Amino acid sequence: MYSQQFLVRLYRTLYTIRVFETECIKLYRQGLIIGYFHPYLGEEAVATGVCAALRDDDYIVSTHRGHGHCIARGGEIRKMVAEVLGRQDGYCHGRGGSMHIADVTQGNIGANGIVGAGIPIGAGAGLGIRVRGTDQVAVAFFSDGACNNGVFAETLNMAAIWDLPVVFVIENNHYAVSSPVEEMTRIPDLYRRGEAYGVPSGPVDGNDVLAVYEKTKEAVEMCRRGKGPALIEAKTYRHGGHHVNDPGLYMPKERLERYKARDPVGIGRRFLLDPGGLAEQEVAAIEREVDQRMEEAIEFARNSAEPSVERFLEEVAQS
Amino acid sequence: MSTIAQDDTAQATREIMYREALNEALREEMLRDETVFLIGGGIAQRGGSYKVTVGLLDEFGPKRVIDTPISEASFTGMGVGAAITGMRPVVEILFVDFTSLIIDQIVNQAAKYRFMSGGNGRVPMVLRTQGGSGGSLAAQHSQSLEAWYYHAPGLKLVMPSTPYDAKGLLKSAIRDDDPVVFIEHKQLYMDKGEVPEGDYAIDLGVGDVKRAGKDVTIVAWSGMVRRALAAAEKLASQGIDAEVIDPRTLVPLDKGLILDSVRKTERLVIVQEAVRRGGVASDIASIVQQEAFDYLDAPIEIVAGKNTPIPFNAHLERASVPQEADIVEAVRRCTYVE
Repeated sequence: MYSQQFLVRLYRTLYTIRVFETECIKLYRQGLIIGYFHPYLGEEAVATGVCAALRDDDYIVSTHRGHGHCIARGGEIRKMVAEVLGRQDGYCHGRGGSMHIADVTQGNIGANGIVGAGIPIGAGAGLGIRVRGTDQVAVAFFSDGACNNGVFAETLNMAAIWDLPVVFVIENNHYAVSSPVEEMTRIPDLYRRGEAYGVPSGPVDGNDVLAVYEKTKEAVEMCRRGKGPALIEAKTYRHGGHHVNDPGLYMPKERLERYKARDPVGIGRRFLLDPGGLAEQEVAAIEREVDQRMEEAIEFARNSAEPSVERFLEEVAQS
Repeated sequence: MSTIAQDDTAQATREIMYREALNEALREEMLRDETVFLIGGGIAQRGGSYKVTVGLLDEFGPKRVIDTPISEASFTGMGVGAAITGMRPVVEILFVDFTSLIIDQIVNQAAKYRFMSGGNGRVPMVLRTQGGSGGSLAAQHSQSLEAWYYHAPGLKLVMPSTPYDAKGLLKSAIRDDDPVVFIEHKQLYMDKGEVPEGDYAIDLGVGDVKRAGKDVTIVAWSGMVRRALAAAEKLASQGIDAEVIDPRTLVPLDKGLILDSVRKTERLVIVQEAVRRGGVASDIASIVQQEAFDYLDAPIEIVAGKNTPIPFNAHLERASVPQEADIVEAVRRCTYVE
């Protein structure tokens, strides 16, 4: 059985990701956020369930669609909003933006603008763990699209031959930008590729936060016992296009509606009521609190200064 | 070597090979810091194609001296990930030519991570590789590709030409908190030179005067240094006293040493084995003409590889990269001795 406290923690994370993305899209529409912005809407349960199974001294590596991972790993939303606004108080002081937020002190190696590139980097955290001989674990988040990049195959193989404590988490949201997974591979059950490398692998309902948590917990425990790596394919779906300005017209309406009916945030909310035993107004109070934190984060970010051009040029002159 | 003469604290030295000097640097750094580990193809059991890592598997075991599958992009990326999380990996890519397979991990990941993360994270990783021609290894095993890495902000770039420099620079590279591309030269591994027995490090960004002279400055690095020195001896017999400067690290570049020399000699010849187009020599020339234009008595000469893939045939191969005679000729041109 899950404690009420644990279920509240999961839901608070799910809901925070949802609110962060929804509010940032509004800021984008107002012209406050520019550049690329890839929302994690619809996939919240994957980051939330996976990170709930980790210890503080574990590592994750994220993707271009990385806000959810950062939040689930304990990232500060005010520093995230400041960063996506390009401000001095952002995680990267405006040098990185949405696709490059990293928080090494929280074990978040960071997001990445290159699809697939984080896979070996995450496994490298696992390699470091093996050299040090500790029982930490590294998680690499990546997408169905990244599975068709060569580094996926290479890294999976090396992690396997060296028994690395790495959990590979495929977030199969069914689209590589706009290309449906069914058209990009003959076997759309991507977890089956792990089996070919001798890596224990399996699918999970990526919209069910508790299912993701359980599956990850099992994989993480294996890794801590020196029986890594493991691979999980979380089947999920984007609630919109590839980025804010992509209407996702290639996504069949019927399928999108089917997935939206299995909304990961809604599912997490229901867990709070049952088995969590919270009353509707208690859940609403959690939501109000998150809403308010997000308002404060936006306020903080809007009041944060633009990075100093002079200081930037001074730094650059020395390199 | 002037560097040794300047170093009062140097321990007893003896003559060893370039590859042995590199081996000592790796071994001593692994003893000094347990976060240092080595990863690459054929480096553990085989000891590396050029025997640089011989004996290290026996001493440090398979967790710290790791043989990889032929998966360059990914084991380099694993080095990046290990470095970000507190380790000091030395990643070996057998030939610089094969670094075409790892450009994303070096240029988009390692080089940019510290910057993109707003200084949050560091990538203290060394990429060891070797390049250069001279053995009929043909077009995919003979290139000089330093310009690729010179061009990418966020990387340091080291190209040692002597055993002494190789050891001292590799130690600094391993201790550096930023990614360092360390390119050795395949024709230098058997070269011998004086090397101290114990610990010493050469700061990155400090060049070395390999031969003092007053009539002309020759800047050369890696495999071209000994060729430039041979040319300087020939020129001396013709009454031209050449100064040979080895920047040793191209990033950071010891501009001051080069500019001071040019202000003294008023003539500059830059020698690079890499192809002429888009090379580091062109950038050094542009720096010198901007910062020491008034001192120059002749156009800057660049002696570089031809803009061609390296041919297999030994005669053609020699014709495609600078030879001693080419350097002599360029010096005579800019000293107006024809």
